[in-house]
Amino acid sequence: MLEIKNLHVKLEEEDKPILKGVNLTVEAGKVHAIMGPNGSGKSTLSYVLAGRDGYAVTEGSATLDGLDLLEIEPEERAAAGLFLAFQYPVEIPGVGNMTFLRTAVNAQRKARGEEEMSAGDFLKVVREKAKRLKIDAEMLKRPVNVGFSGGEKKRNEILQMAMLEPKMCILDETDSGLDVDAMKLVSDGVNALRDEGRAFLVITHYQRLLDHIAPDVVHIMADGRIVKTGGPDLALEVEKNGYADILAEAL
Amino acid sequence: MGALETEVQADLREGVDRETIETVKAMSGTYKYGWDTEIETEYAPKGVNEDIVRLISQKNGEPDWMLDWRLAAYRRWVQMEEPRWAMLNYPEIDYQDQYYYAKPKSMATKPKSLDEVDPKLLATYEKLGIPLKEQMILAGVEGSETRKVAVDAVFDSVSVGTTFKEELKKAGVIFCAISEAIREYPDLVKKYLGSVVPQSDNFFATLNSAVFSDGSFVYIPEGVRCPMELSTYFRINAENTGQFERTLIIADKGSYVSYLEGCTAPKRDTHQLHAAVVEIVILDDAEVKYSTVQNWYPGDAEGRGGIYNFVTKRADCRGARSKVMWTQVETGSAITWKYPSCILRGEEAQGEFYSIAIANNAQQADTGTKMVHLGKNTKSRIVSKGISAGRAQNTYRGLVSMHPRASGSRNYTQCDSLLIGDKCGAHTVPYIEVKNNSSRCEHEATTSKVDEDQLFYCRSRGMDEEQAVALVVNGFVKDVLQTLPMEFAMEAQALVAISLEGSVG
Repeated sequence: MLEIKNLHVKLEEEDKPILKGVNLTVEAGKVHAIMGPNGSGKSTLSYVLAGRDGYAVTEGSATLDGLDLLEIEPEERAAAGLFLAFQYPVEIPGVGNMTFLRTAVNAQRKARGEEEMSAGDFLKVVREKAKRLKIDAEMLKRPVNVGFSGGEKKRNEILQMAMLEPKMCILDETDSGLDVDAMKLVSDGVNALRDEGRAFLVITHYQRLLDHIAPDVVHIMADGRIVKTGGPDLALEVEKNGYADILAEAL
Repeated sequence: MGALETEVQADLREGVDRETIETVKAMSGTYKYGWDTEIETEYAPKGVNEDIVRLISQKNGEPDWMLDWRLAAYRRWVQMEEPRWAMLNYPEIDYQDQYYYAKPKSMATKPKSLDEVDPKLLATYEKLGIPLKEQMILAGVEGSETRKVAVDAVFDSVSVGTTFKEELKKAGVIFCAISEAIREYPDLVKKYLGSVVPQSDNFFATLNSAVFSDGSFVYIPEGVRCPMELSTYFRINAENTGQFERTLIIADKGSYVSYLEGCTAPKRDTHQLHAAVVEIVILDDAEVKYSTVQNWYPGDAEGRGGIYNFVTKRADCRGARSKVMWTQVETGSAITWKYPSCILRGEEAQGEFYSIAIANNAQQADTGTKMVHLGKNTKSRIVSKGISAGRAQNTYRGLVSMHPRASGSRNYTQCDSLLIGDKCGAHTVPYIEVKNNSSRCEHEATTSKVDEDQLFYCRSRGMDEEQAVALVVNGFVKDVLQTLPMEFAMEAQALVAISLEGSVG
């Protein structure tokens, strides 16, 4: 589904390479995890895939079911089924969470030539999905992420994901800032979305999220490359011994 | 109503953003009201002098006292100088190079009823979305209740007609053209005209006093809650013609009225002058809500054409516990010079001012309010949201004045400015004078740029850049939009997005 080949990326403003040849293939129905120390390029990878400004791709490619992601606008990537759950979800004062969600859902539908969702249908669906994430009506009315706790923001990201039903979901450190209960809610939300037609790329520092969202494949990223790939055991190994051994071996 | 329905309604209300965006798409950056009406027009000779003043007075069939009042204003005006203190940059206006009176020929004899009005004029208002028929107006949202709005339609220099007059009369409400009020209700007009904005008030108001041709007159008698919303729709059609209308609203003791004002003009390459005066008198326990959506032609991207909008609006809260609320959405005009003000004379009087001012391309706006606290325990509130884009300059200018006798009074001011792009400017010029030691003023101001992270967040969820900007900006102005009547809020929200077309990317 997602195919990244020899991806080299630097900051637009300065000559500083961040990704130095990332190769990664995520198949439909699978959950891949990327772990790695701070500054290894994990978040940059997610931003570049989603199309954030400020980065320059100097080499390589990234495709979603054969569609060249790097050539199209962020909204086109979204309509094609790519979703990024932000590490730091953005606040939008004055814009109701519900309005935001419905605008997003219908923008994507329109871009795909589908019919827009009526207010009534939308409301039914959103309430049902929100309930699972323990998001109450009050939180749906509040402005997007304004005054939300860390846990609420992350749950809200998962709600957006559930509403938009993307085929490729990237979760950027969705576990950061979550307590045990919130982690469970978020993980349950993600697991409920797992199916054969959908793939996940879960970026995290810690094994603990992977206790809840069991990965099929684990990658270790360091210094802008994927240096090791393995099964779920690899995450346990990192948890136990840290990155030092793996990095020493790889470099 | 069930909980679900209530929520659907609430969601619909919130969801106007979506419609906004569709409207934007449908219009693709054009000023929607830029067409003109081909109609034979009778003009007074170009320029202004005593003869023109006499001519206007005669055309309106005015009594002598009115003509004398106009002439006194004119004689004062020729001694006055145009104010230049505002942060506005425009070439000198040649006051002799334009028409001060233009009237469709078909209006030569005043139509007795709406049925007799020239179909071309009726079609004009129909096309503007202001049908001059006495019908229920759908309050914008499907399924929501319908209600009546009475309209006075002013076309160039004359009032074309006023709807629901008879029904309002039954409630004791007078709603008619001011030209008619001068003839029919001279006592009320004599008593109140110029009592809030005196002839000598300022250069533009004095000019207006001399040459105003029409406008609306409202009188709400004691204890009456006006049974429907009243509105005036101003349309400038003729070329090289200024519009000088005068509105006088009197809310007698314990009465209430909500008044709406809309304005548009065709696209013209030359600048046109609009110098209006609105006076509101509010007696004990009465309340007036005055909402404006100002959408005069703003000129093109290079600054050619557009309306010069120099307006004096003032409410005198004369009675105890009287209340006024100004809400304005200023999206049009090449130049806006406008400070709807509140004189809080009665004890415990309250004044509120809510403003959204958008300036895009070459537009310039210098707008704000004056809150003059004269009475004890008076309260005022100012919420101003300025948005600048393109090469536009947007200034908030406001005065809060607490006089020695206005003990125990309070003001709260909030001024937020939003910048889109890096070639525009936002300025905040607050004046605060407190002359007693028991009053309190609070002033908060912020200036921010449309945040790249917010835009990226929206786009990563599937919205295109224009949708994203419209959403973020509508969020920014939401506090003010909420003070508008429902259908006006929807129009305003759509307008916000349209005005910002092409401001990004």
